Order: sequence, then structure tokens, then C-alpha cells
Amino acid sequence: MWAGLTGNLSANPLSDLTNETGVWALRFICITLALTPLRRLTGWHAVIRFRRMTGLFAFFYATLHFLTYVIADRFASLDFPDGIVAWSTVRNLAKSVGEDIYKRPYITVGFTALMTLVPLAATSTAGMIRRLGGRRWNLLHRLVYITAVLVVIHYWWLVKSDISRPLAYAIVVAILLGFRIYWSWWRTRTAPAPARATA
Amino acid sequence: MLIKRAADIRSSEITDQKVYLNRRQFIQTAGGAAAATALGVIGSDIGLEAATPAPHGRKLENVKPSTFSVDQKVDKPNRWEDITTYNNYYEFGVDKDSPSMSVGKFNPDPWTVNVSGECNKKAAWHMEDILKGQALEDRIYRHRCVERWSMVIPWVGFPLSDFIKKCETTSNAKYVKFTTLYDPKQMPGRDSGLRWPYVEGLRMDEAMHPLTILTVGLYGEVLPKQNGAPLRLAVPWKYGFKHIKSIVKIEFVEKEPLNTWQEQASNEYGFYANVNPTVDHPRWSQAQERRIGEFFMRKTMLFNGYGEQVASLYTGMDLRKHY
Repeated sequence: MWAGLTGNLSANPLSDLTNETGVWALRFICITLALTPLRRLTGWHAVIRFRRMTGLFAFFYATLHFLTYVIADRFASLDFPDGIVAWSTVRNLAKSVGEDIYKRPYITVGFTALMTLVPLAATSTAGMIRRLGGRRWNLLHRLVYITAVLVVIHYWWLVKSDISRPLAYAIVVAILLGFRIYWSWWRTRTAPAPARATA
Repeated sequence: MLIKRAADIRSSEITDQKVYLNRRQFIQTAGGAAAATALGVIGSDIGLEAATPAPHGRKLENVKPSTFSVDQKVDKPNRWEDITTYNNYYEFGVDKDSPSMSVGKFNPDPWTVNVSGECNKKAAWHMEDILKGQALEDRIYRHRCVERWSMVIPWVGFPLSDFIKKCETTSNAKYVKFTTLYDPKQMPGRDSGLRWPYVEGLRMDEAMHPLTILTVGLYGEVLPKQNGAPLRLAVPWKYGFKHIKSIVKIEFVEKEPLNTWQEQASNEYGFYANVNPTVDHPRWSQAQERRIGEFFMRKTMLFNGYGEQVASLYTGMDLRKHY
């Protein structure tokens, strides 16, 4: 299962793991965004039940992706002046991650994308939906539109010359967000003019 | 006062009513086609094919050891499987394992190298003639990719200077320009964003340096296809992309050639491409590298640790400017 999800590992398994977890996070974001259009176009309402699960999968892979980066990229490149098990290791790791997020635009964007997923995962339970109220919950979860765009930018900025894969995801995300734009336009067009308040 | 009347809209500019009414259908068709293409690209990326190490080739004879090889106690050579499945050779696909899986149709034998430009012996050299009477050496070199990974590779080759001397260059030959084969029939990689054929170059003194070799073998055997058979360059103090593969053309030129990656992104890849831990790639640090097979990263060394031999080539040059 793991090998299937990550593809076969190459001579550089740490790099494979970083790439594959990232790409799977993006795939699950796309799948999650596809469920509402799928329901509306096909009338297959049961599909919406999977949306929480695919969304949490996206968060799960994004978190793994970030942890792989922290361990395989940041931790592995540290100096250990006081040995590995030391406070200085924690400090240096935090500094190294922080500086990288600040300094490298594609990492800034990727980290921001992960941060946008945190409130969505945290409010994914039925109890949180009730507490927030459907309307506010819906509004908050539109944040995932921004996540999707940020993740595509993150991918686009890190490739060397072949943009075909980020471009493919950009097209998918554009189409999926296009549905939302079209529906919201359609709703405002067909909705009756709001009633004027009369004094 | 003369009031000009706006020109009529030409009938050719009026949108056909049918087309106007079909615009929604057009958007759907175009959207569908884009979606299909995108899903095709994404789907082909979820491949489960395994990389295939190169089959072992003919053993090369009379290969002498060289004092330029690394100390194998410090730099243990990487395995044949790693060296032949982890390749950047975009003509065969952009993934590291693509070349190992798609070199099947590539035929490096027979092979001809065209020599031209500022030299007396302009000729098409057959591979056999290049190798005739040429002493071969084991050269175990550190290999540092611009992508922050590195290997130790036991090349077999001979000094490029041996070959250049045979070409009798003139005093106008200031640079050497190399070109890789580009034949889509043998090389199935799709559009990579790079402009082909692949081109690389060296300054004449870099080309004549004893560390610079033309490589014909790996681990004592004929060079595998995915590693740039039958003839590739190795310049161990420079990033991997300078090590041009499957060379079909060598030109001696007066002006600095524009190499492929420089053409692609000149702010990221320069002409010199000397390994330098203090000059970052704009998107990542070059201070460390992951040696394939290791977890903790190593500190990258200036000129990939070959400074003692090559630093004098660059005295007085600003290495930040000439990256």
C-alpha cells in the first residue's frame, strides 16, 4: 500500500517521500474540491459524505509532507555541537525551519497553504459544525479555495524546467474553482432583487 | 464642422449567431479538452513501473588506476544500481528513473563525433578512432548535482586534453562547445521546457585541465546508455549539468557558448557552474548536499573538494558574479 502510494522508491528515498506526500496532498485537495461539482452535476448526493474524509486525507498528507521536509531536509542538514539529543538541536532546528520559510518564497507559500488547512481540520467534526453554525462553517471552509491556489503556486515555483505537472494541477483547480464562480454568478443573476427596506 | 462617422463594423468581424449561441458549448469543449489533458498528465505520473538498473556491458581492457581518484575510505563509490537508475537525462524524461526505463531504443553504436571550428583537423570521428591507442584510466570522482544530491562515481575515461591535442586547435580557440545528440525517435522524453539539442561549454584552460575527462565507462565496463553512452564529459569540480552526455559535436569557438540551462534560467544557472557552498541557487542553499545512500547531509566543499587542483584557474575572478 505504502509503496503503491509513494511509487517505487529511488536511490534517494527521502526526496521521493517529500515529493510524493506533497503531490498526494494536492491530489486529495483536488478530489475534495471535485465532490460538490460531482454531486450537482450527477445528482449523486451520497458522494458528499466522503468530503470530510478526503479533506482530512489532504491535511494528513500535507502534514506528512511538512514533517518529511523538517526531518529529511532541515534536521539532516544541522550541525550538532552538543550532540543530537540537546536543547541546541531543538533551537537550531526551529531557527533553520523558520529561516527557510522566511527566505524561500516557494516554501513560504507551501507553509501558508498548510496553515490554511489547520482551522479546516480542526473544525471538521460534527460538533464544531454545530457550534459554528452551517453558514459560518461554510464560509470558513471556503478557505480551501485559497489553499488549492497556494499549493499549485508552491509546486509551480519549485520545478526546474518542466512545468507540465503543476500546469495540469493548475487546470484542474481552475476548472473546479470555475464551477463555484459560475454558480455564484448564476445565483446572483437569477435571484430576485433584494427587497428595499422601507422606512 | 465635419463629424466623422464611425466606420461600419466589417461583416467579417460580426460573430456568427450560431457561434454566439454556441459559446457555452465552446467553453465546455475547451474545458473538457484541457481537463482531459491535465488528467492524462496527472495519471501518467502515478506510475508503478520500477526503475531498471542498466545491464552489465562489455569489460573495458587495460584500464589503469589514476592518482586523481578520490580516497575510497572517505568517499565510498555508490552502487551500480544507484548510478544507473538515478539520472538527470531529460531527453529520456524528466524523472530520475525515466532514463533507466526509456533508453531501450537508444543506439550508441556506431557513433560519430563531429569536430569543427577553430582547429586544423575538422573531421567526423568514429568512436573507434577516438579510442584507438588511447590509454584509459579509472577516475573515481565525487559528483555533485546542482539539486543538492551527490554521488561517488567510478568513471572510466581519458583526459579531454588528449583528444583536443589531436584536433590541433588554433589560437582562436578560446572555448569548447559540446552538443548532445537529439533524436526524438531514439529519445522518448516529452517536452521538458528545455531547448534541445543540449549544449554545454568549457573555457579552453578548463578543457585542458588534467581532471577534465571524456568518459566511456563505469565500474570498468562500457558506459550505460542512461549515463550518457558512448561519450560524456566529467568535470568533477562543476555541477552535474556541465557533464554533457552522448556527445555528437565538439566545436572550438572564440566566444563563450550559451549552455542549455543558462538559456533556460540564467539567474539560476551560469556558464561556470563551479560547485560553491557560498553561492546559493536562488531557490535553495548549496551549503550542503545529500550523498545518495546517506541520511545526514554533508557540507559541500568549494570546487567539490578539488580546489587544490583547480582554484588557480579562477584567480581574480568574482565567483559570485561568474557562478
